[in-house]
Amino acid sequence: MPDQRSHEALIDQLGSGLVPVRRLLPPWLRTVAWLLVVATCAVLLLMHFGVSGMLRRWDAAPDLAWAGIGAVITTICAAWAAFALSVPGQRASWAWLPLPGALLWIGASGLGCLQFLFEPGTHITSLHQSSDCLVFIISFSIPLSALLIVLLRRAYPLRPMLTAVMVGLASAAASASLLEICHAYDAAATDLLTHALAVTLVVVANTVMGGRLLSRA
Amino acid sequence: MRQVLTATGFMGLDSDLSLWASVNQSVPAESTAANDSESPDQRRAAWMAAAQAGDRRAYEKVLADSIALIRAAARRQGVTPDQLDDVVQETLITVDRVRHTYDPTRSYDAWLSAIASRRAIDALRSRGRRGSREVHDEFALDRHPDVDDASAATESEQRARRLRAAIAELPPGQREAVEQLGLRERSLSETAELTGRNTGALKVNLHRALKALRERFHGEL
Repeated sequence: MPDQRSHEALIDQLGSGLVPVRRLLPPWLRTVAWLLVVATCAVLLLMHFGVSGMLRRWDAAPDLAWAGIGAVITTICAAWAAFALSVPGQRASWAWLPLPGALLWIGASGLGCLQFLFEPGTHITSLHQSSDCLVFIISFSIPLSALLIVLLRRAYPLRPMLTAVMVGLASAAASASLLEICHAYDAAATDLLTHALAVTLVVVANTVMGGRLLSRA
Repeated sequence: MRQVLTATGFMGLDSDLSLWASVNQSVPAESTAANDSESPDQRRAAWMAAAQAGDRRAYEKVLADSIALIRAAARRQGVTPDQLDDVVQETLITVDRVRHTYDPTRSYDAWLSAIASRRAIDALRSRGRRGSREVHDEFALDRHPDVDDASAATESEQRARRLRAAIAELPPGQREAVEQLGLRERSLSETAELTGRNTGALKVNLHRALKALRERFHGEL
């Protein structure tokens, strides 16, 4: 059984192999780095689709704008929470950070659905259109999640599953935010369900696969 | 000063921002000199900051000072006295691997305790798994496959061959540790004398070798 002398021998061994290391950047700075990639995607989409269409939709349906703002807040907070949780000694309560943004996002999207009940003239999305949203959210979430996981693997997440949930939420919310730029209609029930399905798929996939990847970090 | 990373992976974004961050991050003085007004936590934080820059003396001091904290964290998790030293060693090895994640503006004790608690939970789980695999002798005899069972023997032979091949592919230090300590069941001191390596190095090598083999087989063997 190891004793004090073997601890000393191990410390001596670890000391003899010591090399300088570059410190991990603070979580907020790592969050900014990842958000820059999301912002670049947003700029490219805006250059392609233009701003006017998005502003017109927001003017006609302010709940869509609020849902978009909620998704952006969720993106920032979930990514920040993921980076914070990947550093030993940080509190698990960081996981609550995305909650207010997520409530605004879900609440405003749900409000859009309720409005449809009172305004029968609203355009209802077909299943085909909704599946486009599903494909969009999942397609953007995959590379964004992968990038987050790669960046997080440099750290040492002691709660890999919780961190992976944050990764899924951040990338799904980022993809939903980007979708706002080119989303052609208000949030009807079918659309909301598709978004919810896409976000759930991304979060679950990250929890299952990302959790494993992060636990080996 | 030479900058070395302890973790692999995508470094692009980090590299671009690190120069800017190094200018803006405020850290305690990276020195081994202890200040009387410092608390033990602050003293350890300063030592670890110096260790991150490559100061061996500070590193050895902070690791030696960490042993009591690791024991306390492990005891809080319910680790039994006979397992405490193992948890200490596992935690010291982990600290060595992830020392780049320590931020000197934050508490060293909180950072270390979090790692120690995780290692303690791993040790408890590992003991739990071992316990569930161990069965009463009579029951084991009952369930043991017939020695004449050809298919079982072939399968066992194949598994042994795969394991031997995996051990042969390990780096020399790790292979030596597995062969001498694990397969030939030599004691640490005998192996140290035979190989000329100290016992600490042998333990680190054995730990790394077992981890590599576990990852390779994913519980297949």
